[in-house]
Amino acid sequence: MILSTSLNSNSYSFIDKLKAVDYFLIIIVAIIGSMSVFSIYSTESGNFSFYTKNHLTRFLVFFSMFLALSFVRVSFWYKQAYFFYILGILLLLLVIFFGISASGSKRWINLFIMNLQPSELMKIAIIVCFARYYHRIQSSDIQSYKYLLQPIILLLIPCYLVITQPDLGTAILIAGSGLAIIWLAGLNLKYFIYSGLILLVSLPFVISILKPYQKSRILTFFNPERDPLGAGYQIIQSKIAIGSGGLLGKGFLQGTQSYLEFLPEKHTDFIFTLFSEEFGFIGSMVLILLYALLIYRIIRIGFSSRSFFAKLYCFGFASALFLYIFVNIAMVVGLLPIVGAPLPIMSYGGSSMLSIMLGLGIVMSCKIYSRDPISN
Amino acid sequence: MIKKTGNLNKNKIISRRLFVLVAAKIGLIGIITSRLYNLQISQKQKYEILSDKNRIREWKTPPQRGIITDYFNNVIADNQRVYQVHLSLEEVSNFNNSIFKLKNIISLKEDEIKKIYEKKEKSKPWETLIISENLSWKEFSKLNLYLHGLDGAKPVLSTSRYYPYSNDLVHVVGYVGDATTQDIQNKKKIEENFVPGLKVGKIGIENSKDTDLIGNHGIKRYEVNASGKKISEISYNKETKGENLRTTIDLEIQQLAQELLKNQAGSICVMDIYTGEVITMASSPTYDPNKFTHGISTKDWNEIKNNKLRPLLNKSLAGLYSPGSTIKPLVALAALEYGIIDTKFRVNCKGHDHPYELYGERYHCWKKNGHGLMSMRNAIKQSCDIYFYEVARLLGVDKLSLIAKRYGLGSKVLEDFFPEEKKGIVPSTKWKKQVLEQSWYLGETIITGIGQGYIQTTPLQLCLMTAQLANGGFKIKPNLIYDKEIDLDKIKSKIESEKNKSVSQNILKDHEFKHYERLYRNPNNLKLVLDAMYGSTNEQFGTSFRSRHKEDKYKFAGKTGTSQVKRITDQDRELDLDLEEIEYKSRDHALFIAFAPYDKPRYSLSVLIEHGGSGSKAAAPLANKLIKKILDRHELREKIRKDFKNIV
Repeated sequence: MILSTSLNSNSYSFIDKLKAVDYFLIIIVAIIGSMSVFSIYSTESGNFSFYTKNHLTRFLVFFSMFLALSFVRVSFWYKQAYFFYILGILLLLLVIFFGISASGSKRWINLFIMNLQPSELMKIAIIVCFARYYHRIQSSDIQSYKYLLQPIILLLIPCYLVITQPDLGTAILIAGSGLAIIWLAGLNLKYFIYSGLILLVSLPFVISILKPYQKSRILTFFNPERDPLGAGYQIIQSKIAIGSGGLLGKGFLQGTQSYLEFLPEKHTDFIFTLFSEEFGFIGSMVLILLYALLIYRIIRIGFSSRSFFAKLYCFGFASALFLYIFVNIAMVVGLLPIVGAPLPIMSYGGSSMLSIMLGLGIVMSCKIYSRDPISN
Repeated sequence: MIKKTGNLNKNKIISRRLFVLVAAKIGLIGIITSRLYNLQISQKQKYEILSDKNRIREWKTPPQRGIITDYFNNVIADNQRVYQVHLSLEEVSNFNNSIFKLKNIISLKEDEIKKIYEKKEKSKPWETLIISENLSWKEFSKLNLYLHGLDGAKPVLSTSRYYPYSNDLVHVVGYVGDATTQDIQNKKKIEENFVPGLKVGKIGIENSKDTDLIGNHGIKRYEVNASGKKISEISYNKETKGENLRTTIDLEIQQLAQELLKNQAGSICVMDIYTGEVITMASSPTYDPNKFTHGISTKDWNEIKNNKLRPLLNKSLAGLYSPGSTIKPLVALAALEYGIIDTKFRVNCKGHDHPYELYGERYHCWKKNGHGLMSMRNAIKQSCDIYFYEVARLLGVDKLSLIAKRYGLGSKVLEDFFPEEKKGIVPSTKWKKQVLEQSWYLGETIITGIGQGYIQTTPLQLCLMTAQLANGGFKIKPNLIYDKEIDLDKIKSKIESEKNKSVSQNILKDHEFKHYERLYRNPNNLKLVLDAMYGSTNEQFGTSFRSRHKEDKYKFAGKTGTSQVKRITDQDRELDLDLEEIEYKSRDHALFIAFAPYDKPRYSLSVLIEHGGSGSKAAAPLANKLIKKILDRHELREKIRKDFKNIV
């Protein structure tokens, strides 16, 4: 019904759609994507082997997927939003029973072509779900307890499932993205202040239920020298790598910290460190600028969208994307504890790449079908 | 309509809220930027250093010790090729297993294995452990054969200290051993150049000249990865070899001296009376310094340590003996200088029946039947004790002490070159008051006059004393390491000019003398004493007459000495036992001092045989052989001296 009304009110020719595409955004993604391939190439000391090949393939596949998804009508996402959320929850439950374990946590499902990390998909699902949820609520109703509780429950379920994997980083990112949308939707500031206070008060309790390794990571964050060869090792080595990069960096493939394997997790969470070591302050600023441009383009698309769903989704995704980037970079430069959060597009990892490209696909569809006024 | 306003309202809210979020994002980007700026621009150097520290690891390479030669450039401390096995700890998967395998190939002893484990505890995981320093060729080739099964084991060709004339020079050259924590703390040079397995000097020149001999270690810088594996060599500062040292020793004379002292405890010192060059400094018994290089075995160590003749003691400069009659020329000189006696002064030696008496105490001459009426020349020549009792009494111990110190007794001959060198004792009334807190007795002066009592000297001091008498009474600078500043021609001209100088008023007072300054008041006094010494060796009834050289060119002058180790009782005198009948520990020390050639003196020497009996029987005959050798080698030595001067 919805689909048909939409079709009736707005019809788009193929040329219109192509004209509506935000090519600038695509170019930015392509640039960051190629930078990521070169960075992964550098983690392998300039050998075009396993990681680089995998990463390049994934980027190309998911980048194409992003382009293809751009032409899916935005109303489809609106319609399937709850299904998407439920699918995410089901996959998370599936992880509990059929998940693959690696280094102490159970996060993945084997899909034969790749190991899927449902928590990564959940990052997008929660945004789509909330965008739809708030789309139909009157602004006057938002502050009511009913509409306050429902999204919190919707948010807590995936967060709980992800925390128990355990994967604190992703859970924080999911929660952060969800809260960003609730904020954007217009929930009264006082609720944020109250919940902030409650969190602060319950912090000792939260810390007490944390796993020992999580506790040590937090303690290490405050004082990395506490255990320079153990928990503090990653952050110390990361800071050394970034700091020694200097203004212009050590040069492509010249990062000694990563080349000589002092840098842990250099393909995934610490890819920014490697990049920063090789390209220095200037390179890092260029990368951050590219991300800022990407976020700016997404916000712009949000503004140009007619429907509240599209607006909320774009703003929400932009905020979430920012959150991912911020958490990752803040983590590797030692501003936040090491929680395990990949850098969008740059980090090696199929699920992360998939979810970002999926998210961008929906953004682009908001752009192409910006005139769609989604309504109940 | 309501819906529309609602939507409008919602759009307004979302824009406002987004604005807040974007503002927050810009703030956060600002934080990240400033953090990156802080890390990469402000603290760049700090992290660059840390990064280099991470990736660059240094391996120190040991320096080669400088070579020590004698005066004629014969190598007396060399570096020899040795076969070693090292274990690179980072390449070893199972340490116990590796040691077990190595044990079966190169036969390690239990205590060696214990030492290896102790060393391993102290090593860093990327360091190399020296398992065996000195493998035989057989073990080394066997090791190479089994090498594939030994992870981390490396056969290494290295060099280590080797003393080709093992026993003959140990008291001069010393030996090396592993640097102890104490060695590292005490010597900055060792601390700076420490490398595991570094050998440092323990005694002798090896110890005294360690700073020059060690050299500087090299540094190999490697780039390593996180697990410490070497990736590439970045730089190699080559180690520099230590300085080569040329000593003043004449190897051949030293060897002869050691040969002459064989099976006895004693010392022989030979010195150039002008340059002060120590040509020989032999001490017996000796031991093999090569045994210490790679750590001496407990058995060998105990053998050396428990030897009753004390091989570890460098008797030339750390052995203290009463000078006995060798002090007599000095006593005579002192008395002449102070004008206490003249050549006409005579004392009657009447034998054991009529001993010298002072306050009821009796003092005997060594000669049972007495010497008769003795002049100074005869008293030195025949070593009459009664004469010197009387001269000492007249002179007084303080004047004697002053002259004795002036000619080299009572202070370290080589200054602080050897830490073990002893000062000895030259007693005076003041000394006794200060040290023993007792008054001086006249009887003590009497026995000091024949070199007994409190007086204690080292053989090297006696040698220096003889040198400074023989060179005409000039202070010289003894040295063991060749020093181009000490030039024979300059010294001789300095001495010539000193001779013509008017006598300083202080000459008979306690006075600090500079090198090559004249020590005497009247040159004739010295001539008398030296002439008496000539008589002692070259005239009938002289105490060393039997040891003389008849050939003119070898003629020398000397003075015997027999130093009592215990008081001779009347009963002993009665028994008059032969040497063999006396218990070894109670036998007298035999001494002899001499200079040669007599007409143009150039070398002085001292011989000491512990518990050798009389100086004329045990010590003087050795001087005969030595002096022939010394004078035979004189021309060669002078040729080398000239050649070397021209090169420098």
